[in-house]
Parts: sequence; C-alpha cells; structure tokens
Amino acid sequence: MDDGKLDALGQTIVSALPGAATGHAVAFNQLTVDVEASKIVEVVKYLRDDPNCRFVNITDVTAVDYPERDKRFDVIYHFLSPTLNARIRLRVAADETTQVPSLIDVFPGADWFEREAYDLYGVFFVGHPDMRRLLTDYGFEGHPLRKDFPLTGFVEVRYDDQEKRVVYEPVRLNQEFRKFDFLSPWEGADYPLPGDEKAGPKV
Amino acid sequence: MNEQPENLRNFTINFGPQHPAAHGVLRLVLELDGEIVARVDPHIGLLHRGTEKLIEQKTYLQAIPYFDRLDYVAPMNQEHAFCLAAEKLLGIEVPRRGQLIRVLYCEIGRILSHLLNVTTQAMDVGALTPPLWGFEEREKLMVFYERASGSRMHAAFFRVGGVHQDLPPKLIDDIEAWCDPFLKVVDDLDRLLTANRIFKQRNVDIGVVPLKEAWEWGFSGVMVRGSGAAWDLRKSQPYECYAEMDFDIPIGKNGDCYDRYLIRMEEMRQSVRIMRQCIEKLKAADGQGPVVVEDNKVAPPRRGEMKRSMEALIHHFKLYTEGVHVPEGEVYAAVEAPKGEFGVYLVSDGSNKPYKCKIRAPGFAHLQAMDHICRGHLLADVSAILGSLDIVFGEVDR
Repeated sequence: MDDGKLDALGQTIVSALPGAATGHAVAFNQLTVDVEASKIVEVVKYLRDDPNCRFVNITDVTAVDYPERDKRFDVIYHFLSPTLNARIRLRVAADETTQVPSLIDVFPGADWFEREAYDLYGVFFVGHPDMRRLLTDYGFEGHPLRKDFPLTGFVEVRYDDQEKRVVYEPVRLNQEFRKFDFLSPWEGADYPLPGDEKAGPKV
Repeated sequence: MNEQPENLRNFTINFGPQHPAAHGVLRLVLELDGEIVARVDPHIGLLHRGTEKLIEQKTYLQAIPYFDRLDYVAPMNQEHAFCLAAEKLLGIEVPRRGQLIRVLYCEIGRILSHLLNVTTQAMDVGALTPPLWGFEEREKLMVFYERASGSRMHAAFFRVGGVHQDLPPKLIDDIEAWCDPFLKVVDDLDRLLTANRIFKQRNVDIGVVPLKEAWEWGFSGVMVRGSGAAWDLRKSQPYECYAEMDFDIPIGKNGDCYDRYLIRMEEMRQSVRIMRQCIEKLKAADGQGPVVVEDNKVAPPRRGEMKRSMEALIHHFKLYTEGVHVPEGEVYAAVEAPKGEFGVYLVSDGSNKPYKCKIRAPGFAHLQAMDHICRGHLLADVSAILGSLDIVFGEVDR
C-alpha cells in the first residue's frame, strides 16, 4: 500500500471512531494511529470487524519507555490485515497506574504479549485472567526493560554447594561496569571532556 | 472437563525443562485427566538473556550478533530483519549483488531450520533415522555459512547496508553443486516419512488449527499456511529481490501436524529452486558489483582502500567506535523467517544506539497457543504438536 492509501485509511479510522482514535500519521510507509487507552478494545474490534479493515492478525504488543514524559509508556500494538495486505500500529499513552484494557477477549493471541509487556515494563492490563510474569525468574522484582533499570540488574544467582540449592545474592562486579560512550564530543556530549574538568564555565 | 466422582482429581505432571522432546528449555505443566490433557501451562523464560535490553546499550553494528543467537538454527534470517529495519530508517537500498547473497543465505537458513524441524518432529514421534540423514546435510550447509562468514552458526554476516563480504566464486559453485544431491536427500526423507504408517497415525488430524483461530492467535508462516492461507511475506510484501524470484507457496488443507510437515518438505524444495536462481543471477553480468552500500558513513571502506586513503581510515575508525547514527523514527520490519513472521520494531532517537528494539518472534506466538491446541488431546500428542509448532527457545525467551 502506498502512503496516500494508508493516509486515507487512517483518516477513515479516525473519523469512524471519534473520541477513541485521536490522530494518525504515516511515516516510512507505515500507518500509526493514536488511541485513547480506555477505548482500545473498541478500536481493535472495529479494526477486526470492519469490512474495509479486516485486521484479523495480531502481530505484536509491546511498550516503549520515555521516563521524562508525564505518561511514560507508549503501548504499541501491531496488527496485520491479510485482506488489505497492510499493517497498522496503534499507540496508547500510559503510565505506571493507567489501566489499559486487555485485548484477550478480542484476540486470544494478546495473552502472552500482554504478559510480557507487564513483565518487562510494568504496564498494567486489566481484564487479563492470568497476569503472571512470563520471561523473568520466579519471584523476580522490578521491570527490566524500563530505562531506569540498570543493565546489570540487582541480584545474581549461583549454586551453593553447602546449601545444595541456588542462592540469590546482590550483584557483585569484579570489574567496574564500563560504559563506552563513543558519541562525538563535537556533537553535543553532555559531560566535561577528559582534562577539562577544572576549567570553569566559559564566559 | 468430564464429570468426575468426588474422590478423583486430575494428575499434574512436569514436562521438561530437561525433556528431550521439549526442544530446549520448555517447562510444561500438564494437567492430565487420565491420558487426556486437560490444561497446559507453558513456563518459558528459562533461556531469557535480556537481548532487547542489551541491544539498547549497543551500537547498531554490535546488535547484529545478538540476532544470530535468537533462532539459532537459522541465524541469518534474524539478522536480516534487523538490517531491514535499520535500512528503512536510514533510507538506503542494498546493492543488487548484496541482495542476491542475502536471499541465497536466507534460503540456506530456511533449509537449515526445516531440516532440523522435520527430522526432530519425526524423532519426537519415534523415528530415529531422519535426524541422522538430515543432520548430514545441515553440516554441509553450515560449512557454507563458515566459508562465507567464518562462523558455522553465529555468522554476523548481514550488515546494515548489505553483507560483510563477497562470496568467493568457488563457494558459489559448491553451493550449486550441493543443490541436486540435496533434492535426492529430501526425496529419501519423503519416502521414509510421508507414507509411513506410524508417522501418519501420530500426525494426521492432530493439533488442527482452523484459519480464523490461527490469525487470532497471532500465527504466521507455516502455521497459517497449514490452515489454508496463501500468505507468505516473500510473495505478499516482497523484500530484497524476492519479487523477481520464481517459486511456489505450498499451502495445507486441514491445518493439522501432518499438513505442516508436508509444507515444510515442499518449502525446502522451493528454497533450492530460489537458491538456483540466485546462483544464476550471481554469475550473470548484472549480478556483479558491490555487496554493501558504498556510502562510507554507513558501511566501512574496503581494507585495501584504508591502507592508502586517510579519509577511509577516519571513516573506518568512526564506524567501529561511534557507529552509525540512525535518524529518528520508528519502524517495523518483518521477514518470512523459516518459523513464521520474524519482526523487529525499532525506535531510534537519532543516536548511535537503538532506543528500543522489540523482537517479535514467531515461536512466541505459536507457543502461547499450546494450551488451546493441546486441550483434549492425548499426552503423547503433546510432543507431536510441540514438534510441529517448530519452537526454538532462543527466540521465544530472547
């Protein structure tokens, strides 16, 4: 589908669902529709059942974390319409407490994708019958894909020969965590250059 | 479930994580009513390595090797999706020879994966010979991987903008020479399995998925083709030079394990057909040329150039320290990996590292339907169904 057709499709969707779908954009030949969090089920039902859409295949559900924002998460849904041979991306803004309705009644395939988004980001889906952690360890704390979760994590495990079981301990790094920053200092590095620490602010 | 007397209760067993038919580290908690499966609860994540988190900390070049380790039976197909996503954001097109090499190696990956799956599915239902025959051919294919990239499995051969190096002519000849004998091996496997009474008893009408359900559950690839959808991203949304290749898409009628097996067998033959066309085009005059874009802001200059040109040396240094800056934006790119639609949702903030890289693995969507598909089947069918879903834990757990 070319950009013009996608744009027209986006306009149709936004005008058919006033108050639920709030805007659309086409970039890189892909259509994105912004959706109000509480209305997501209504929108997805429309996309699935409307004869001009037929987005019957759920491709993906995930989230993106922007900690500096008021509503820090973008929950992203991808759907595929084999009839139109087109994809659509729905974007829902949410924060840690927003209750995003689960799609599981419309698409049973949303099950694990939502559990994963909950596990890794802490997005809260309501109406999901089995909201357990999915990928992380039993008893894991925190949501690892959030930007404020450190790459090293908080606990490490090893097999203890005396206790004959796997024990959890706080992470101990034998070598300091190295973060290589290769961004060119000429293009706006936000730290003092090595050797420049003592120099006062340039007047 | 059935009406039960008060003093009877269902039996719960653990299937895996160390069960040979669990295809890796799957733990299935099975609730059994006699020999009938009443409920399946797959526990995954035992191979979770935090790939997506790691990729956020690495430059685009450093992210590529992580993709080899997802579906480790067909590594290059995964790299392909990531490269396509980054290329879409960068707005570059791969030179023709690079595209041909990519397609050639994607089809090798497809055969690698299908060979493993078909033969181990046979092993799951009791046949021991097919894996021995199939792995011999896989070995030869991995040698082709090694001769192109230096590595049997974790190739890191596809780069943003093309492929790392050109193929030597002898390698292209050897791949061509491999094609015909391989078709004989497929025929042998065919004779061994397709009409085999035990294999049919274990697979026909087992794990039937109607097409509507297949779409709703997020299935793709062989799983929807088995249920009768003529849907293949290589045909319907062609990427690289698949549009000019001549090949057929086999589809099933019944959506059962046996249909999915038959489709995989036929896809291997079609892959050989595509490989032959690639080789022919690689040898033709218009198939010559660079294998990676010549823009040195994206792809490194050739080694020989670096010895003479200061400019090339600077480019090389910048590319291997700072890396490529990818323009801001978000993009979803998908390829038809052997197991289904493998997608990468890439968000860039304009820096040299991905802001977010979501990996959409086909096996993840297929495995979540285990409960739905297995309910009411016998315990022995669980391993047959699991075999035909084509699960590899590298990509499910990420």
